[in-house]
Amino acid sequence: MRPAPGRAHDDGEQSLIDDTGIVVAFYILAATTVVCALMVAFVRELIQAVLFLALTFVGVAGIYIVLSADFVAVVQVLIYAGAVAVLMTFAVMLTPAADRRNSETPFWGPALVLSGLVLAVIVFVAYDTSWHLDKGRGAFPATAASLGEAFLKPYVVPFEVASVLLMTAMIGAIVLTKEDEGDSDA
Amino acid sequence: MMLSLLTIITGYWFDIRDLSNLSRKIEELIGDAGGPGWLIFVLSGLLGAIGIVSFVGGVAVINIWVERRVVGRMQSRLGPNRLGPFGLLQPVADAIKLMQKEVLQPATASGLIFTLAPIMFTVPGIWLMAVLPWGRNMTLASLDSGVLFLLAASSLGALAVFMAGYSSNNKYALFGSMRVIAMLVSYEIPIVMALLGVVLFTGTMDLGGIVLFQEKYRVFMVMLQPLPFFIYFISVSAELNRTPADIAEAESEIVGGYHTEYSGMKFGLFYAAELINAVVASAIISTLFLGGWWMYKLDELVPGWMIYIGKIYGVYFLFVWTRGTLPRFRIDQLLAFAWKWMTPMAILNLVLVAAEVLTWQESGWSAGLLLPAYIIINNALAVVTIYGFMTLLAPKFQRFPTRLRFYPTIDVPSLPAVAAADAASAGPRA
Repeated sequence: MRPAPGRAHDDGEQSLIDDTGIVVAFYILAATTVVCALMVAFVRELIQAVLFLALTFVGVAGIYIVLSADFVAVVQVLIYAGAVAVLMTFAVMLTPAADRRNSETPFWGPALVLSGLVLAVIVFVAYDTSWHLDKGRGAFPATAASLGEAFLKPYVVPFEVASVLLMTAMIGAIVLTKEDEGDSDA
Repeated sequence: MMLSLLTIITGYWFDIRDLSNLSRKIEELIGDAGGPGWLIFVLSGLLGAIGIVSFVGGVAVINIWVERRVVGRMQSRLGPNRLGPFGLLQPVADAIKLMQKEVLQPATASGLIFTLAPIMFTVPGIWLMAVLPWGRNMTLASLDSGVLFLLAASSLGALAVFMAGYSSNNKYALFGSMRVIAMLVSYEIPIVMALLGVVLFTGTMDLGGIVLFQEKYRVFMVMLQPLPFFIYFISVSAELNRTPADIAEAESEIVGGYHTEYSGMKFGLFYAAELINAVVASAIISTLFLGGWWMYKLDELVPGWMIYIGKIYGVYFLFVWTRGTLPRFRIDQLLAFAWKWMTPMAILNLVLVAAEVLTWQESGWSAGLLLPAYIIINNALAVVTIYGFMTLLAPKFQRFPTRLRFYPTIDVPSLPAVAAADAASAGPRA
């Protein structure tokens, strides 16, 4: 009936990040995301871990919306919550050893080291970036069109390289899973 | 008399041609009373949400009757006709029965996931209603990435179906959900490609913008994009688990699919969600391909949202028609249909649309010259592709098939008992 509430603040004077509603939404979403991410690691049942992971993806999408990147948020839901989570459930279903218990693993040490390293990299990047907030940015600028322009004009080579990489991965998957003609009757 | 009445009510909140007047009136009232500016957004959002949820509720009840009655007529039956006039109270009785039934839960089911699954299956369908343009100013949430939002929200259904099938701890439920996911993953690709053709042509992902494009050039998108219309219609009826493609709950094969173990209102939610999703799919088709609330001169006389609902039910009738006429596909046929037919067709169409849009932008020729040419070219392409695929790819008709279709190389081993009987009957003769 009326445009979304965010459009009212399209004056460019006050930064949207400081809005009370946005701050509250950010903390709720951040808490949900972090708690769900922790549950992924701690919950015992593998399928439940995958479902918590899907919820984490949705929480991250919510944070993108708070940052007024609606296109990225929708893509996050479409690809991560819609496709990656389903693929992961498939992977869990096809894993013979994974019945319903997420059992003890000898790899917890290396996993801890690796996740610590990833955390260190992210913290370093967060400290290294100069966070200057774009005050003049409106509530929901049309990000899809500018993203498309960026992909097909200045960043066309990385974009195409990524496509070729995905294509290679797809062909590789087909080659790996294709049965040998010789022992197809086995 | 009629005209003067129209001029009186124009611009007031009770002007039914444009229900957004209501929120404008509220805004004026708030402004007069000196209320805070954000209140109007909360109130009009709430009003829109209430409107959409009540539409969803009405649809879920009425469509049971519509569907059973129409399919009944198509199959030379009467359909429900005992309760109320024309059997109209039958869905109400069904709903009361479903609510009264005991909600059973298998002892080995994983409880929370089992309960969450029907809710997660229903909610995305209601989300989708929010971005639909019901009239010129009647969009609850006008998203710049509206088409993408449709795809994202409908892709969440796969996870809900999987939750239902897995948590039931029943092998038929798991079979059903696995089939649904295989089907959803396969048909997602032709759907995205078909919608991409429309988005590329109109140059916007906003659903309201797509309707405005059709209004501006006075053309229904189905004329310009006939092939995506067919692809989307077929693919979405597969995603909806409707009868030509209802392998998810094929009763004769796997009992009831992913909702085998559900009873009472939990089953009712699954049933209602399928009806709601069918209406949402009809609404998407009428928005993208049939002009939404716009219909040449008619939308100046009739409220846009009435035209829109009329179009939705027109497309819904097509869905019911296919359900009443076509037999069920086998799962391998259905998946092969997605990968071998729908996807190549959609890619062909996408290449052509990209070339057409480029020609339009670069040549500077007028739309009045180009659009009729595009209509002819695209319809010709649709006819040629569908006919070509039918003659090239379709197996020749055999009254008694001698081999499995689509998979000519699969060697089907005969059952041990049959093999033993064959050996026994062949033995004495040799």
